[in-house]
Amino acid sequence: MARKIRVLIAKPGLDGHDRGAKVVARALRDAGMEVIYTGLHQSPEQIVQTALQEDVDAIGLSSLSGAHDVLFPRVMELVKKNRMKVLVTAGGIIPEEDIPALKKCGIAAVFGPGTPIDDIVKFHKERLSQKG
Amino acid sequence: MNYTALAKSIFRGDRKAAARLISIVEDEEEGYEDAMKLVFSGTKGAGVLGVTGPPGVGKSTLVFELAKRYRKNGKSVGIVAVDPTSPLTGGAILGDRIRMTDLAGDQGVFIRSMGTRGGTGGLSLQASNTIRILDAMGCEEIIVETVGAGQTQVDIMGLADTVVVVTMPGTGDEVQSIKAGLLEIADIYVVNKMDLPGAMSTAADLKSMLNLVDDWKGWKPPVLLASANSGRGIDELTGSIGGHRSRMLDPVVSMERRSKQARKEIFDIITGQIMHSIASNIQADELDAIVREVVEKKTNPYDAARKISIAASRTGKPPKAL
Amino acid sequence: MLMALALKKKGKAGARRGNSSGQTARPGRQPKAVVPETAERRAGYPNLSWIETDPFYVQDRDFDYGERLGLPGEYPFTRGIHRDMYLGRLWTMRQFAGFGSAFETNRRFKYLLSHGETGLSVAFDYPTLYGYDTDDPHSEGEYGKCGVAVSSLEDMTVLFDGIPLDTVSTSMTINGPASVIWAMYLGAAEAQGVSKSRLRGTIQNDVLKEYIAQKSFIFPPAPSMRLVIDTFEYGMHNVPSWNTISISGYHIREAGSTAVQELAFTLADGLEYVRQGIERGLDPNLFVPRLSFFFNAHNDFFEEIAKYRAARRIWAREMKESFGLTSERAMKLRFHTQTAGCTLTAEQPENNITRVSIQAMAAVLGGTQSLHTNSLDEALALPTEKAVRTALRTQQIIAYESGIPNVVDPLGGSYYVEWLTDQMEERAYRIFDEISMYGGVIGAIERGYFQKAITESSYRYQKEVERKERIVVGVNEFTTDEPLEIPTLRLDPKGRDRQVARLRKLRRTRDRSKFESAMNRLRKIAEGEENTMPAILDAVRAKATLGEVTGVLRDVFGEYSEQQII
Repeated sequence: MARKIRVLIAKPGLDGHDRGAKVVARALRDAGMEVIYTGLHQSPEQIVQTALQEDVDAIGLSSLSGAHDVLFPRVMELVKKNRMKVLVTAGGIIPEEDIPALKKCGIAAVFGPGTPIDDIVKFHKERLSQKG
Repeated sequence: MNYTALAKSIFRGDRKAAARLISIVEDEEEGYEDAMKLVFSGTKGAGVLGVTGPPGVGKSTLVFELAKRYRKNGKSVGIVAVDPTSPLTGGAILGDRIRMTDLAGDQGVFIRSMGTRGGTGGLSLQASNTIRILDAMGCEEIIVETVGAGQTQVDIMGLADTVVVVTMPGTGDEVQSIKAGLLEIADIYVVNKMDLPGAMSTAADLKSMLNLVDDWKGWKPPVLLASANSGRGIDELTGSIGGHRSRMLDPVVSMERRSKQARKEIFDIITGQIMHSIASNIQADELDAIVREVVEKKTNPYDAARKISIAASRTGKPPKAL
Repeated sequence: MLMALALKKKGKAGARRGNSSGQTARPGRQPKAVVPETAERRAGYPNLSWIETDPFYVQDRDFDYGERLGLPGEYPFTRGIHRDMYLGRLWTMRQFAGFGSAFETNRRFKYLLSHGETGLSVAFDYPTLYGYDTDDPHSEGEYGKCGVAVSSLEDMTVLFDGIPLDTVSTSMTINGPASVIWAMYLGAAEAQGVSKSRLRGTIQNDVLKEYIAQKSFIFPPAPSMRLVIDTFEYGMHNVPSWNTISISGYHIREAGSTAVQELAFTLADGLEYVRQGIERGLDPNLFVPRLSFFFNAHNDFFEEIAKYRAARRIWAREMKESFGLTSERAMKLRFHTQTAGCTLTAEQPENNITRVSIQAMAAVLGGTQSLHTNSLDEALALPTEKAVRTALRTQQIIAYESGIPNVVDPLGGSYYVEWLTDQMEERAYRIFDEISMYGGVIGAIERGYFQKAITESSYRYQKEVERKERIVVGVNEFTTDEPLEIPTLRLDPKGRDRQVARLRKLRRTRDRSKFESAMNRLRKIAEGEENTMPAILDAVRAKATLGEVTGVLRDVFGEYSEQQII
């Protein structure tokens, strides 16, 4: 049986804008992946615990409130602390000048508004094709 | 691959190892059976509760409330939430992971979501392996949540010591869907969202339906009202679960249920092995050709099945076909 | 019961339709075959609600102008709620603003007022929206980001420092903890010596749409509805010119619904509030006039206009015929509009000015009472002062240069607009029927009906954009590679620490016994059935913080978690 790619779509922070996160979740599902959606208002600790228990291959973080500058690096810190091998990407409203700092802490890609969902799907497929 | 080292770390309570092994079992990776043999020997006998019911009746919230009660009593809790895999794309949204209020993430809780997938081993088998892994890791109470409707229904009775069927007040669809397949499996009924109009009459409907069945063997499933959102009725539910469980202490009752479960699991494994040997002994185009013959009425399904069985028992291992 | 009445009405609309003997059975529509399709633009082009339109529209002989439209200011108010509309008074130009601390936002308010804004609109940060203080662990990373942090009466007093609350009207976007924030506003007015009877403004206070779309709910539906009705009752008797709710479609639309869904879900919420107010024993002729609405202004120009017109007609009919109200003020649907944030693009952000202009024109032609125009940079970050000014100028250009406000409802009687208005109404009633099958709005929320419908629409739209069946200028067509050059507003990095220090000092220095007795009383009242507003006001006056007051309510009412629908 084929290995299944598992992705966690997570919404850290307090904003309730889950439209983008849900669209991405559905698109990944339609591409044959198993998508775990955390729901809103997850702390970095909860997100990383979930990723660990669900043994996911990737985490997609979405925030539209501007709290990414604090919360995303915190997630990365915990990923490293738990020595997890996981691809982490980010989406939402993230100003251009914040992107270098996010990449520096280990976030593989930042998908801003208007990114075609197909690009996001392709990115995950390519990067996770040799799972294991 | 040899996953026994992984299995051994699970006995030490390694959560990451448990998570990994569950994936390996789900993916049916080569050699997972040996790891599961080891895990089987290391299980400690966790209590397993099954929660099922139609979509949208608030099962997850109820599971969350139950888990909170177990935590309050100092028990470590494992939750296995099963959601359907899309038969078209093979993908799944496993959305109902319950929000645990503790900000830092409670180390005494382990939640795992599963898609129904449809591998050769069947879902019940993967779910029961997942339960064993959580048990071996040290979870004392395990709750399995499944959607009790649709084609890919999990045989929750084969997994759990106690099965709770959840419904909610409504137009009657819910009660109908229970009638259609959940009636025989419930040890306890819960009418959730008791604040909505019609809760009493839904409960009454269920009770009258239960009255039609006369062979309860000493346990007549109670019909309880609850509101998982406000926490009402949960204490009654845990009381009732405890009542049912103490019945399982009766060696006769226990032996009967567990024998049924073990028998089912053994046969699931056999079915899985047959499917697997078909997959590894018959080329895809060979199989397609046989199927086509049936469609074109050149042969009948019985002879076709025989032909496949014979081919599957051939020795030698051509490349995987399915 | 309400939905059953609504159902009857739909039958009536159907009968009107059935009266026509035309071959298309769709009065007002031109038979499709007449017009050749061109390569560039298809006929039957679906709008944003996937309503297919004809190439042009002709007169509908069965159209009863008196019954369907009335005159402006007359029942059923299709043409607007005022006879003289913008000739009497322009709409209120109300720009949603707030970031950082109360001090910073106070300066932004003064800036906007000095540039000709006529009403204030407060955006709160996420912790405030969820009833958390700035120093709560849940607030990590969120302070001041999407709005102003208000954790105490003291913050509220600072927020309106130097702005006389008897002369300005204030709208506050707050839902879960609306009664607490409103109590702080009343307290701030008290501190200015302004009596409650002179206060004008709105609290959003629309919890139903929180469950449906916006997700900043705190408590389960039943206690949430109790808090809302408490504010209706308190407002009626104590703050008579205040709108105690702004029933909002805006967020439903932003979450991805169609215009028809926005219309239907919002009005269904409105009808539910009326029903529950009546159940409490309030006189609907007195409390309904204080209910206001809030709609989105999206891209499809005529569809939006038709939406506002249909909303007024449905509301008037429901109030008069289903609820039997006699107060004409109760039948008039008053609404605020905001241009659609979700239509703003990060690519070529200057294009957003044009989008906002078209959307704002739709709102004005649809007869809005107040308007917020988005800033061009809002898809990127918090708007800068200059961007906010341009957005305000857009409204001023429509008001003072375009000539649009000079005639009341200039589109009334347009074949197309009236057909589309009928379509919106008819489709809304179909949705009302669906909701009634779930036992009403709350039943439909609990079963995830709304969430599912919105998710479906949003996914369908997104797919169409991906396949270029819908063009988004600068995003999937007419793109450029030029780098973004938009200055974005940065928050003062020390702001949070100062806010936390102020908050801790407040907790240290307040009168302990006064605070405790107010909190105990609040708990007792929350556990009982009395109106919570007076106790909340007393707690706030005793310097209880937002997090503390909401905390007591969380304890008593519990917290709501929703079923995930994707």
